[in-house]
Amino acid sequence: MKKLSFILLMALLCVFLLSSCGGMREGVYFLNFKPESAAAYNEIAAAYKNETGRSLRVVTAASGTYEQTLKSEIGKTDAPVIFQINGPVGYAAWKDYCLDLKGTKLYEHLSDKSMAIRDGEGVYGIPYVVEGYGIIYNKRILDAYFALPNRATNFQSVDEVNSFIKLKALVEDMTAHKAELGIDGVFAVTSLQSGEDWRWQTHLANLPIYYEFLDKEVDLGNKNDYKEIAFSYADRYKAIFDLYLNNSTTDPKLLGSKQVADSMAEFALGKCAMVQNGNWAYAQIADVAGNTVKPEEVGFMPIYIGVSEEESQGLCIGTENYFAINKNASPEQQAEGIAFLEWLFTSETGKRYVTEKLDFIAPFDTFDENEGPTDPLGKEVSEWLNREENYSVPWVFTVFPGQGFKNDFGAALLQYAQGNKTWEEVKAVFINRWKEEQASALQ
Amino acid sequence: MHKALKKYFPVFVFPTLIPFVISFLIPVVMGIYLSFTKFTTVSNATFVGLENYKQLFSSGDNFLHALWFTVRFTVVSTLTVNLFAFALALLLTKGLPGTNFFRTVFFMPNLIGGIVLGYIWQLIINGLLSGLGVDITYSASYGFGGMILLTNWQLIGYMMIIYIAALQNIPREMKEVAAIDGANAWQSLRHITLPLVMPAVTICFFLTLTNSFKMFDQNYALTGGAPGRQTSMLALDIFQTFYGSVGSEGVGQAKAVVFFILVAIMAGVQLYFTRRREVDA
Repeated sequence: MKKLSFILLMALLCVFLLSSCGGMREGVYFLNFKPESAAAYNEIAAAYKNETGRSLRVVTAASGTYEQTLKSEIGKTDAPVIFQINGPVGYAAWKDYCLDLKGTKLYEHLSDKSMAIRDGEGVYGIPYVVEGYGIIYNKRILDAYFALPNRATNFQSVDEVNSFIKLKALVEDMTAHKAELGIDGVFAVTSLQSGEDWRWQTHLANLPIYYEFLDKEVDLGNKNDYKEIAFSYADRYKAIFDLYLNNSTTDPKLLGSKQVADSMAEFALGKCAMVQNGNWAYAQIADVAGNTVKPEEVGFMPIYIGVSEEESQGLCIGTENYFAINKNASPEQQAEGIAFLEWLFTSETGKRYVTEKLDFIAPFDTFDENEGPTDPLGKEVSEWLNREENYSVPWVFTVFPGQGFKNDFGAALLQYAQGNKTWEEVKAVFINRWKEEQASALQ
Repeated sequence: MHKALKKYFPVFVFPTLIPFVISFLIPVVMGIYLSFTKFTTVSNATFVGLENYKQLFSSGDNFLHALWFTVRFTVVSTLTVNLFAFALALLLTKGLPGTNFFRTVFFMPNLIGGIVLGYIWQLIINGLLSGLGVDITYSASYGFGGMILLTNWQLIGYMMIIYIAALQNIPREMKEVAAIDGANAWQSLRHITLPLVMPAVTICFFLTLTNSFKMFDQNYALTGGAPGRQTSMLALDIFQTFYGSVGSEGVGQAKAVVFFILVAIMAGVQLYFTRRREVDA
């Protein structure tokens, strides 16, 4: 008996050892960044195999761990062939691994060539999705407000709100009437838990930095232009951030343990009228159990921070998702990786998956106007993008320093919300950490 | 015999030697080398000399703060855990009804993973602090207190079991004799029980010491370093440096090497003390 169990144990051990060092697996290795698209990519891989006979292996990194997954995966013999970088700063970290994609059809089809990541003559990252963010609002609650007899403002529709002063007037009067509107606050909770603060330390900070870059005529292709920053619109950032904090569902001292999911749930349950987020968040709103917001009730408005002539400002539209091909992979593997991407964005089947399953607004000229996304927020982004009278704010945060800067700024924002840091101190953190991190990231 | 030993030497040694080399020796050597380089992936490193170590001890870095925080935390938690564990062990060797049940209950927290524990306690502590209108990220002292509470809750049961085993080994006659000689409860505890459980005290002391010093999961889940990085302990600080910013992997690695040396020193001291105890006994 003892002998038998010993043999069994040994056999088990052998199976373990063998399975763990199994050989190279089949297909092109694609390390996916977007956990929300993991299921869609698996379907796409099956369809790709069906149509072309070639296989694709999709591995998805858990949310917020892409960089560390990539770090360990790319050192292996069986390294990812298709991976993604998040902009110029991401490129600086991964430039030893990015293949020049200049001659590919994918680059040829890119509608706006200036969006790609270029270094000298080469093209190293190709954007594959355009996304937009702003303030998402609940039309039903806003209409209820516009119907109130005793309100202090005289807006008839949300389209009239086109500057920070008007936004502030609207929001503050809505807060005064929150009991009648049946909401806990105008804005969803300002999630400031570490790792959940990107809507503020990255997305909201995009606006003041964009206007500062405009003033200084910064060229995003030139690293020396943004080595240091003055944060000259810091007071505008403070104004909008204070507006969020003071008209929110939650007391500012309790924000340190709130997550993005909490915010989106409050919006989906109709506890608040507005939330700052992007079109990717629609799935999150729709998936909340007990959701009271219908698709046609969701709308987008720009984030106004109070700069001059912002009446024609639109949403913040851009990308931080660029496909790159591993330079160290074998030429066959590289060719297969490129072939897959070209199939995905140019073939009929591939395109259908992009618009219907991935819900991407793809920046390629192979997509015509009726091949846009199908969710309400995605539609709004395309609509804003095509408005002649408005200008979109590009995503300049792709040149923000690395995660360390963002985390420290986010932590400082939390301490400001809790009353433990003055605004001057937050501003100092922003300026100093920018300088330090940029120096180590771009050298 | 000797010849046979020589012949079979590889058969007996290699199965353990190979894993030891692969999973211990190579990573350690590589890790130390990498701490002198700037790297993104382990196979792609450029030598920078002592640059990373300079950065680590520079004033702008969080390492020294994390070290001091860790030391304070370790001292307080080692003292409290052992005090409470010993008190519980005394209580649960008195032969009170329900002793076995309570031993199990106190041991249970030790079986729950650190991350889960961290999140559970975060909920509890935030629930309590919401009475004050704040949460655990409000002040570093809340985070410190919360971690002491969590560590106590988790480790007391384990240490208690060790103390119980030691207490049960004390011959009953000695206490009887002391009682006949007129010793009161305190005197018998001080002069009979304590000296006889000293080996257990040493073991428990070092177990809590190293456990607290190397703590990661609980720290990560409970406070995540908030506010700012003020409650990051060493292990979490290393993690945050390594993955926090582009180009800082080498600095994180250098911190890990310093951390390794500190832990090695502690293990050495522990070995020395337990060995000396063995001779004494």
